[in-house]
Amino acid sequence: MKMPDENKLAKQKKRNQSIAFWIFRLLSYLIVAILFAILSFIVFKGIGVINWNFITQMPEEGMTKGGIFPAIVGTLCLVAGSMLFAFPVGVLAAIYMNEYVKDGIIKKIIKQMTNNLAGIPSIVFGLFGMSLFVNKLHFGDSILAGSLTLGLLALPVVIRTTEEALKAVDNTFRHASLGLGASKWQTTRSVVLPIAFPNIITGLILSIGRVSGETAPILFTVAAYFLPKLPTSIFDQAMALPYHLYVLSTSGTNIAESRPVAYGTALVLIIIVLIANLLANGLRKYFGKKVKMN
Amino acid sequence: MKTFYKKFSEKFIEGLLMLSSTITTLTVVLIVVFLFKEGLGVFNKKPVEDGFVIALNKQNPVNKLTSAQLKNIFDQKITNWSEVGGKKDSIILFRMEDITNYYSEEQIGEKFERLPQCIGKVVDSLPNIIAFFSTKYLDKNFQGKQLDIDKISFKEFFGGKEWFPTAQPSAQLGVLPLILGTLWVSLGAILLALPLGLAAAVYMSEIADEKVRKVMKPLIELLAGIPSVVYGFFGLVIIVPLIQKVFDLPVGETGLAGSIVLGIMALPTIITISEDAMRNTPRAMKEASLALGASKWQTIYKVVVPYSISGITAGAILGIGRAIGETMAVLMVTGNAAVIPHTILEPVRTIPATIAAELGEASNGGLHYKALFALGCILFIITLIINLTVEYISNRKKYNNR
Repeated sequence: MKMPDENKLAKQKKRNQSIAFWIFRLLSYLIVAILFAILSFIVFKGIGVINWNFITQMPEEGMTKGGIFPAIVGTLCLVAGSMLFAFPVGVLAAIYMNEYVKDGIIKKIIKQMTNNLAGIPSIVFGLFGMSLFVNKLHFGDSILAGSLTLGLLALPVVIRTTEEALKAVDNTFRHASLGLGASKWQTTRSVVLPIAFPNIITGLILSIGRVSGETAPILFTVAAYFLPKLPTSIFDQAMALPYHLYVLSTSGTNIAESRPVAYGTALVLIIIVLIANLLANGLRKYFGKKVKMN
Repeated sequence: MKTFYKKFSEKFIEGLLMLSSTITTLTVVLIVVFLFKEGLGVFNKKPVEDGFVIALNKQNPVNKLTSAQLKNIFDQKITNWSEVGGKKDSIILFRMEDITNYYSEEQIGEKFERLPQCIGKVVDSLPNIIAFFSTKYLDKNFQGKQLDIDKISFKEFFGGKEWFPTAQPSAQLGVLPLILGTLWVSLGAILLALPLGLAAAVYMSEIADEKVRKVMKPLIELLAGIPSVVYGFFGLVIIVPLIQKVFDLPVGETGLAGSIVLGIMALPTIITISEDAMRNTPRAMKEASLALGASKWQTIYKVVVPYSISGITAGAILGIGRAIGETMAVLMVTGNAAVIPHTILEPVRTIPATIAAELGEASNGGLHYKALFALGCILFIITLIINLTVEYISNRKKYNNR
């Protein structure tokens, strides 16, 4: 019986490995290349459009000229409104889950429901927001209805990141504080929260990035096709950047001529997301701790 | 007193915290209630719009027509009563505007005051007529036979192959093409994204050194952060024309375009979750394999991948879930034709895209509105099943490890 040539076997093993590794490397680089293709395409097409007038003026001539100021303001209102709702509620919920409630059926149910909420598609949030806020509670198409819908969408994200941040706080801090006679809330407020604070803020920034790009939930709760004035109350309709981009690229009056404005709008959206991501990453690095997303 | 105050505020705060944590549960319950209340309402409605009647001559033996038959009759695909169980006689269609063929404007009256009688007479005089008109013009002593139309049935809704929610006289609410369209596009997306995503996950967790990983990880997160409408826009201006050119098609808005865009969007989910799972492989296992003389590559596919297979599965399923629920990007690139797709190079329409495109036109509380909520229910159930499956898979894993 002939023994297999060990040298040959080892060589083959090595060759297989290097082929496999190269394939993996190339595919990974391909993904990064796709990302850069999307980003650079939008940056190159949009950079020429963006200037001071573009971001501070009203749309003109059937949205083929002029700026996107009302859409920017609308998105800012929606982000602020949704965070005013989601951030306090989410942080308090996470504190309860992590610091107060003991393992058991209640915790299990709440956790399960939060997970379920996170998995619901955004268009279903839109349907829900329309039937509850717009129709049932008679808010009408308004910033209030849109903000609440977006807030509910962001809630699981805030809860999850805050929980991770609280979990990262070492238990010895809690024990030391409780041992000194502090109450549970005093411990949470003066010891746990300050330590977890940077990571909680990171989560907040990431959810801002997410909320500012969502389109489906605002389609039927707030978004106006064309509204060349700024909202004056929370019961007003508003334009929003993502919806504006959608309208410009699919159903505008003159798609070819409004293309540059669409590129500009896409770039502004991308810039917001980029800033949110960079800020979150910078904070993470700065505080040397990591909040896990997803 | 002070301790009482302290105790009280502790309790108060705990109550507040508890209240906040119930909001997610409450929201899920409310979503279910609202969605299903409106959505199930569709089965309580008739396909013919409220305020309209369909009438036959009283001598006509036909008593019932299904909504599909109605549509085919008015589309003139069925032209003989014998095809729907009547006498062998051709069908005469009558819509409200057809009245001018039978009566002059003077006879009808300036304000249509004699229109009900006129319609009544027309229906009475023609034994093989089928008339569709508003109940406003239904004569008090109308001699014809008002046709009984069934409410929309489950079978019709889930098995119907046509989606024309605004068709007159009878709306066609078959969700089959939409469900198949959704699955078709999502399946294509996952077939594209899974190999790419897995390769990247293996590369990042096992092959690349820490420096490369530190660069790639935030880039993948950025990919997850790009808004779906931007993906849709990118797909619309780059991928759609490319597909049109490469395959020489009349339109580039196809299922394939949707699959490509959704595939890119599903990548971050797949990569993050399966990478996490692979990195959790115990070091001892990997080192045992290496110590036995296995190469790094052999270790990866014989140890790391089998060990983390449940995490990889979870990532893939969640990726599918992302794709199924995605709205804007799909709406912008798939062409939205509500037909059952046969190849990936045809326009398709998904459930979320249908809701987004049509809800704005549907009148509040009407049949179309309720049908779209029923679509929302279907979507909700699909994503719930996906979530529970993922949970089951990851829980089983934990259990096995103990």
